Amino acid sequence: MRLFIGVIGLYLIAFLALPLGLMLAKSLQGSHDEFVGLANYVKYFSTPALFQSIGNSLWVSSLSTLITVPLAFVYAYALTRSLMPFRGFFKTVALVPILVPSLLPGLALVYLFGNQGLLKAALFGHTIYGPIGIVMAEVFTTFPHALLIILAALALADARLYEAAIALRASRPKIFWTVTLPGARYGLISATFVVFTIVVTDFGAPKVIGGQYNVLATDVYKQVIGQQNFQMGAVVSVILLVPAIFAFFVDRRVRSRQVALLSARAVPYEPKPQRLFDLSMLAYCVVMGLAVLSIVAISQFAAVVKFFPYNLTLTWAHYDFDTKGGGGWASYGNSIRLALLTAVIGTMIVFVGAYLVEKARGFALGRGIFHFLAMLPMAVPGLVLGLSYIFFFNAPANPLNVLYRTMTILVVNTIVHFYTVGHLTALTALRQMDPEFETVSASLKQPFYRTFWRVTVPVCLPSILDIAIYMFVNAMTTVSGVVFIYGPKTELASISVLNMDDTGEIASAAAMAMMIFYTNVGARMLHLLFARRLERRTQAWRRR
Amino acid sequence: MTPYLRIQRLTKKFGSFTALDDVSLEIVEGEFVCFLGPSGCGKTTLLRAIAGLDIQTTGRIEQNGRDISALPPTKRDFGIVFQSYALFPNLTAAKNVAYGLENARMSRTEIARRVLELLELMGLAQHGNKYPAQLSGGQQQRVALARALATSPGLLLLDEPLSALDAKVRVHLRHEIKQLQRRLRVTTIMVTHDQEEALTMADRIVVMNLGSIEQIGTPLEIYRDPASPFVADFIGVMNFVPGTVVRDGAVRLGRSELACDVDGLAAGTSVTLAIRPEDIVIHDGGRSEPNALPVRVDALAFLGSFFRADLAGDAAADVLLRADLPAEMVRRRGIAEKSTFSVLLPPDRIRVYPGSTVNR
Repeated sequence: MRLFIGVIGLYLIAFLALPLGLMLAKSLQGSHDEFVGLANYVKYFSTPALFQSIGNSLWVSSLSTLITVPLAFVYAYALTRSLMPFRGFFKTVALVPILVPSLLPGLALVYLFGNQGLLKAALFGHTIYGPIGIVMAEVFTTFPHALLIILAALALADARLYEAAIALRASRPKIFWTVTLPGARYGLISATFVVFTIVVTDFGAPKVIGGQYNVLATDVYKQVIGQQNFQMGAVVSVILLVPAIFAFFVDRRVRSRQVALLSARAVPYEPKPQRLFDLSMLAYCVVMGLAVLSIVAISQFAAVVKFFPYNLTLTWAHYDFDTKGGGGWASYGNSIRLALLTAVIGTMIVFVGAYLVEKARGFALGRGIFHFLAMLPMAVPGLVLGLSYIFFFNAPANPLNVLYRTMTILVVNTIVHFYTVGHLTALTALRQMDPEFETVSASLKQPFYRTFWRVTVPVCLPSILDIAIYMFVNAMTTVSGVVFIYGPKTELASISVLNMDDTGEIASAAAMAMMIFYTNVGARMLHLLFARRLERRTQAWRRR
Repeated sequence: MTPYLRIQRLTKKFGSFTALDDVSLEIVEGEFVCFLGPSGCGKTTLLRAIAGLDIQTTGRIEQNGRDISALPPTKRDFGIVFQSYALFPNLTAAKNVAYGLENARMSRTEIARRVLELLELMGLAQHGNKYPAQLSGGQQQRVALARALATSPGLLLLDEPLSALDAKVRVHLRHEIKQLQRRLRVTTIMVTHDQEEALTMADRIVVMNLGSIEQIGTPLEIYRDPASPFVADFIGVMNFVPGTVVRDGAVRLGRSELACDVDGLAAGTSVTLAIRPEDIVIHDGGRSEPNALPVRVDALAFLGSFFRADLAGDAAADVLLRADLPAEMVRRRGIAEKSTFSVLLPPDRIRVYPGSTVNR
C-alpha cells in the first residue's frame, strides 16, 4: 500500500508542488534568472498601473459576492422551504452555468448590452465593458456554486427547532432571523468565500468583457503572453495566490464546523404548503431562471444568425470553425479527448489516492502529506498553475520537458487542477463504508486490492461516476489552467472561443461555446442514465 | 500441555497513554476464553494485538509454537467477527462466506460444497443467495461467523459480536455460538463487557481493568472467589461494608464480631468485607451460630423467585446489606418492611479486602 501512496504522491509532487515552488522561485529572479530577492515585488508595488489591478480585483470580487450570495440564498430557500412546483426543473436550470466556459456570459452580455446591444439603453449610458460587465458575468458563473453550498446547508434543518419556535409563539420573520439564518450560517460563509475566490481568480469574464479594466487575472495573462515578462507574471501569480489560499483555509474551518450541526436525533424539516409564499417563490425562480437561460439562448441565437442584431437570417457560417481563427473543429475534438482522458484517468488516480489515504494503516506522515497535496489544488488558481507549468516543463534541465505542448501535459494539468473536489467526494464515500472490511480481508488472507476491486469500487460506484462527470465537465470548460500550456496541435475548444473572440469573430466564439455546452449536457444526461441504471441493478443489496 | 496461545508481558502504548500494561496470558487449544471488563480496560486492544491489527509496543505473542509478535495480519492464522459484522454488502451470503476460500487452491465445486456445509451448520442453507441487507441482525451475525470459520482458522476472535443485537436474539445466539465452538473445538477469544455473556459462555474469563488483568479463572472461580474488589463488584452483585481486623480469624463489623479468614492481615487493619446477597441466610433462631447479625428490613422488592431486601444493622446503623431472600422463606416467616430478625453471614462466604474501597 505504501508503494502506491508513494507513486501517486510523486505524481502530485511532480505536477503540483514542484512547479509551484519553481514559480515562487521565479518571482524572485531577474530576467536572466539571477536571484534579485524582492526586487520584482518592489517594482510591482511602485508601478500604479500594475498594482491598481489588486484594487480592481477586490472590488469586482466583493461586489459579485454581495450580489450572488443573497440571490442564491433566496433561490435555495425557494427550493427547500417552499412547495412551489417544478423545483427539480429550476434546480437543473440554476446549474446550467457550470456547463459553459466562463467566457460565454461575457459574449452574451456583449450581444445584450454592448454597443449594438439589444438592451443597451438599460445601462443608462454606462458601458458594459468594464466592471459592470465583469460583475454581471461573474454573478452568472458563480450562482450555481453558491447555490449548491447553501442548498446543502439549508438541507441540514432540524424540524424540531422550528416546532419549538412555533410553540414559543415566534413570528415568521423572527423564526427566519433566529432559526433559519443561523442554521445556514456556515453555508453562507462558505459560499461567500467560494464565490469570492472564483471571481478573484477568474480569467474568462474579464478577458472578454473587461475592456480596459485591469484585474489580476488578466494582468498575469498580459505579462506572460503580451510582454513575455515571465518574472512579473510570476509576481502577479503569487499575489493572486494570497486571497485564494486565505479563502481556502477559512472555508475549510467553516466546513468542518458545519458537519457537526446535525445531530443523530434531528428530524428532517418538511415545508408546509402556503399559497402566497409558494407563488412568490415561483415568480422569483422564474425570473432567475429566465436570466440564466437568456444568456445561453442569446448566445445560441447569435451563433446561427448572420450578424446579430442587424441581420437575422439564419446561417451555419459561424460554425465553419476551420476557416476562423482558433483551432477549428480539431480543437473541439481535442477537448473531447482531453475530457475523456481526464475523466477516466483522473477518476482512477483520485479514487485510488483517496482509498490509500483513508485505508492505509500507519505511515501517518506520508498520508498526511498526501492529503495536504490533494487539498492544495483548490487553493491554486488555474492561471497560476498554468504559469508554473511553463517554468517547470520548459526548463531544459527537466527530463519531463518532452511533455511540453503535448496532450499529456494538458491531461496532467487538468487532473491536478480539479483534484481536490474529486478527492473529497471519494473520501466521503469511502468513510461511509465499514472500516473493518480491510481487516476481514486480511484475516481471510485476501490481498487488499482484491477487496478494493470486489467490494470497495462497486459500493462506491455512484460517487466514482460523480467524480468522473465532474472531471469531464470541467475539462470541457476550463480555460485558465491550459491557456499557457497548449500547443498548436493541442488547442482546445475553450481556447478557440478565446482566440476567436480576440479576432473579433464573436459569433463563432459563441457557437463554439455552445458546442461545449451541448457536449456537457449530453455527458450529464449519460451520467444520469448510468446512475439510474446502476441504482436499479444494485437495488437488491442497497435496500431491504 | 503447551498452551496454544501464549502472551508474554505485552504492553501497548498510544503516545503517553498505556492501553495494555505488562499483560501475560496462556490459552489452551480448544478453549473458549472471554476478555471481560468495562470500556477502556484494554480488552479490545489485547484482541487486536493478537490479530496483528495494532501491534504491541513490547512483548511477545506465540501461536501454536510460532512467534507471531511481528507478523502482519495476513500472515497470522485467525478468523475475526466484528460487532458490525463487516459483511460485504454487494455480495450474497454465500459469496461472503466463500470470500476467504477464493484462491487457486480450491475448485469451484469444492468451494460451493464448503460454503453449503457452513451455511447448514449455521442454519442458513436457504438464505445463501440473499444479500446482507435482506437478512436479520442475527442472520447477518451467523453469516459473519460462517465466513470467519470458512478457512478453518486456528483461532477465532470475536469482538463484541452480540452487542448490536436485541436481548432475545442475543440470548439465543449465545447458546448457538457456544454449541458451535464446542462442536468445532476451535480456540476462541471473545471480547465482551456483558458479564452475563461471559459467565454463560466462557470456559475461562479474563477480567481486565485499566490495561491490566485483574483475574483469570473459570466463571465459578471468578464469581465465588473474586481476587479483588473490582472483580467482586464487576461480576454479579456484591455487598461492600467497612470493617476492622480484630485478630487472626475475626473481624469487627459495626458492633458485631464475625469469624472469617483474614488472609494474614494484621490486627487493626481497616478492611472491606464483601458478601454476595444470596449468601446471606436468615437465622432460624434456635441455637446460636457464629456470624449472626441482628437486622431490620428497610426495603423489600419482589423479584419473582426471590425478594431483594435492604437490611440495616439493627444495633449499628451504618451497616447496610442487600440480601436475596427466597420467596418461600419470606412467606413462611412473614417478613415485611420494618421486620427485625437475625441473619447469618457464613464465614467461608465472606471475602476480606484490605483498605476501604468501593462506596455504593
